[in-house]
Amino acid sequence: MTTTTAPSTAVIQRARISDISRTRRISTGVIEILVAVFIAFVFARTLQPDMFTKFVMTPGGITVGSMGDWVIRSQFTLYLLAALCVVIGAFQLIKGFGKFTNLMVGFVFLFLIFSFLTWQAAGKSLNLAGMLSSSVQLAVPITLGAFSGILCERAGVVNIAIEGMMLMSAMVGALMGSITDSAWLGLFFGVLSSVLLAALHAVLSIKYKIDQIISGTVINMFSAGMTAFLSQKFLQTRQELNNPAMFTRVEIPGLAEIPLLGPIFFNTNFFVYLMFALLIVIQVALFSTRWGLRMRSVGEHPKAADTLGINVIKTRYMAVLLGGLVAGLGGAFFTLGSVGRFDEGMTAGKGFIGLAAMIFGNYTPVGALGAGILFGFADSIGSKLSLLGSTIPSTLMSTAPYIITMIVLAGFVGKGHVPAADGVAYTKE
Amino acid sequence: MAPILQLKGITKRFPGVLANDHIDLTLNQGEILALLGENGAGKTTLMNILYGLYQPDEGEILVNEQKVIINSPTDAINTGIGMVHQHFMLIPVFTVTENVMLGSEPVKMGDFLDRPKTSARIHEISQQYKLEVNPNDYVKDLPVGVQQRVEIIKLLYREANILIFDEPTAVLTPQEADDLFSIMRSLVKQGKSIIFITHKLREVLDVADRIMVIRRGAVVGEADPKIADKNKLAEMMVGREVNLVVEKEFKEPGEVVLSVKDLVVANQFKQVMVDHVSFDVHAGQILGIAGVQGNGQTELVEAITGLDKSASGKILFKNEDITNCTPRKITEVGSAHVPEDRQADGLVLTFPVAENLVLCTYYKEPFAKGVVLQYDKILENSEKLISDFDIRTPSSLTPVGSLSGGNQQKVIIARELSRPIQLLVASQPTRGLDVGSIEYIHKRIVQKRDEGCAVLLVSPELDEVIELSDRIAVMYRGKIIAIVDAGNVTKETLGLLMAGIIPEKIEKEQGEKVVEITF
Repeated sequence: MTTTTAPSTAVIQRARISDISRTRRISTGVIEILVAVFIAFVFARTLQPDMFTKFVMTPGGITVGSMGDWVIRSQFTLYLLAALCVVIGAFQLIKGFGKFTNLMVGFVFLFLIFSFLTWQAAGKSLNLAGMLSSSVQLAVPITLGAFSGILCERAGVVNIAIEGMMLMSAMVGALMGSITDSAWLGLFFGVLSSVLLAALHAVLSIKYKIDQIISGTVINMFSAGMTAFLSQKFLQTRQELNNPAMFTRVEIPGLAEIPLLGPIFFNTNFFVYLMFALLIVIQVALFSTRWGLRMRSVGEHPKAADTLGINVIKTRYMAVLLGGLVAGLGGAFFTLGSVGRFDEGMTAGKGFIGLAAMIFGNYTPVGALGAGILFGFADSIGSKLSLLGSTIPSTLMSTAPYIITMIVLAGFVGKGHVPAADGVAYTKE
Repeated sequence: MAPILQLKGITKRFPGVLANDHIDLTLNQGEILALLGENGAGKTTLMNILYGLYQPDEGEILVNEQKVIINSPTDAINTGIGMVHQHFMLIPVFTVTENVMLGSEPVKMGDFLDRPKTSARIHEISQQYKLEVNPNDYVKDLPVGVQQRVEIIKLLYREANILIFDEPTAVLTPQEADDLFSIMRSLVKQGKSIIFITHKLREVLDVADRIMVIRRGAVVGEADPKIADKNKLAEMMVGREVNLVVEKEFKEPGEVVLSVKDLVVANQFKQVMVDHVSFDVHAGQILGIAGVQGNGQTELVEAITGLDKSASGKILFKNEDITNCTPRKITEVGSAHVPEDRQADGLVLTFPVAENLVLCTYYKEPFAKGVVLQYDKILENSEKLISDFDIRTPSSLTPVGSLSGGNQQKVIIARELSRPIQLLVASQPTRGLDVGSIEYIHKRIVQKRDEGCAVLLVSPELDEVIELSDRIAVMYRGKIIAIVDAGNVTKETLGLLMAGIIPEKIEKEQGEKVVEITF
């Protein structure tokens, strides 16, 4: 018997076939060299050798924690970056980077972006710090949307209604913020409206077991129609109803003086601090508390949870309502933290991009924040460059975040761990 | 001594079925009571009543002579009743500790999980009952036998005194099953009481203190394992005399029909599930693939039948390369597939029997002319097969989903075997069927072999593989670790091979060339 029991306690280790096939290796290398060629011939060649690019390293309107500008020779930098890409591409073609392949693709992608900025701003100045700062700001609704998705889907309820919840919260936030002349009350009512929509989604999908995609779509359509109607009827005709009190920038003493980081992270909007606070709270709650363990068990194997005395239905209701609350915070950011007024359809798909960030971040808050900032950066490039008077039409640039979302999802979907019971209504036997 | 658990007159009706008919049951402290019966006899219903998943229509439950009402699994746990489910109630992406603690977690500082406390308790339990397990492993990485130990620890952690094991050996190797039996004995020695549900005769005779036989929802008798006899028990269980042995004559194998060469198949996570596997199947021969479920058999069959792509290697059908061909192409060269999951992969449940019977041939003459289906021909074909294969269905137009499991399987067998085929790939062809249907399907498979068809039979039921096969290949963690001649190999040897252990003296014991060690 001793010989037979020996292997049975061991953890099963399975071999993997090489992640990087030959075709993949070669095509990656070719793409990397093409990027180099692109940088050298499309970007660098069109510039004069004596041109300089000036990157401003302090966001506009900030005096605390400022630092000097960063000036580089445009053409020289571009040739240098192209050379780096050639080296990476050549090594990839000849030997391959193995498990570091994706990391190297990331570097080449980063070089491409930086080259693009250097090229666009050659002979001018570009506020790089402002761009990073706005990336973080633009990441707020995406990341909060992703957090909302994580709360719902970890408990097994697919929520594509985040977009609609955000839009409703943005409208109600603007309206109530204007009426009460208080940003806090505006936020409260905005979040409340979003939680009510979440409650509707919960009843439809948990109690009546309606397909969760259908239920979410219905809420999105209701929300788009309702906010458009109310906006046309009241907000557009009576401007005093669309002029809410806003959350202003809050400076954290001391930390705000760190160059570059201070202005971006510690001298910014209330909603940015809220995003980081929620990151910590949700991360800890999900993985270190009884509440989180039970919630995740309901999303993975509701029947097992049920046999252990966990109330599956109640847990799911709670998760969806909390998801609505977080989505409401994200929606209120548009009117109370960023723009200061409500425009029809102003969430512009950020709720959906939030879901993409959730998937890309592998259903973890930390991952979702990273993905959110990436998508925020894409958004920020679009808006900053149109200010520079770029040759590229701004309408084309504004599609960048959506294109990046598609590329990222195409490469990532199906690779992470999706909660096993995600989207499946639970029926007790 | 007073019994720890008594069931009196338990009755449960489902629409059209009397699942439990006035069942009386008594369990004494410190004994293993085996509940023996066929699939569908009502054993699991009875236990689900005891575990609070169903409510009985009549009857009462007494624990320690006190009447109890069990409305939910929580009630059951609180009265000291725990159940090891046939399909484990474990969360694969959680650790052992998290799975054990879930639902009754120790917390500190409000709501923070106290993982070390649970780990320590798991450690104590595993010492006391010899249930070796590492609390920090993820359940998805553990072999099935260890996962089952986690299920048992879950019950002991909740201080259950009455343990119900529902078909616990279905997923185990014979050696793992023996380990489980010694765990069960050690549990009763320390004062626990066990109800052991099974339909396997060998097991009840091995481990039970008392046997109760259930048929069609009613108790048909009790037996003492010390004096009970296998055939007698089988007769009680089925209600008629059963032929437990498949009759099969020696047949000289013909040419090679299916040849698999160095095949590698990976799953969606790029893990190698079939690891450089090679074998041949000859005409008129049954090659059985033995192995515990999840060792790559599913992926192997999917690659051969074209349902999954292989990463490397070759699959030849009579020297024609069919590697990564479409399922239709592979069907058309003359192969048939009886899939492992008949409801998901074998049938369209909402389609009528007649349409399910032409799923591989509907687009060809005589069932179609151009794009138009010829319903008269399809129905004619269906009437013929229903009578040839003894499919019990109200009509050709009954949706196949409303038939019993055995008859659903007969529809697949009829569809696949009625075509002119040279290769049959049968994956768990008798899973979940009653003894009568099993007998019938075994007979059909052997008949096909006698007609000169090559058969690849995959089954986790060792008895089935041994009885039907001419040669047996044992799969372990994606590799075929040995191919043996079915005529003179013992069950013990196969059991060891299934656990990945190659007995040292295997060749000497069995004579020359009986065992080809392939790795």
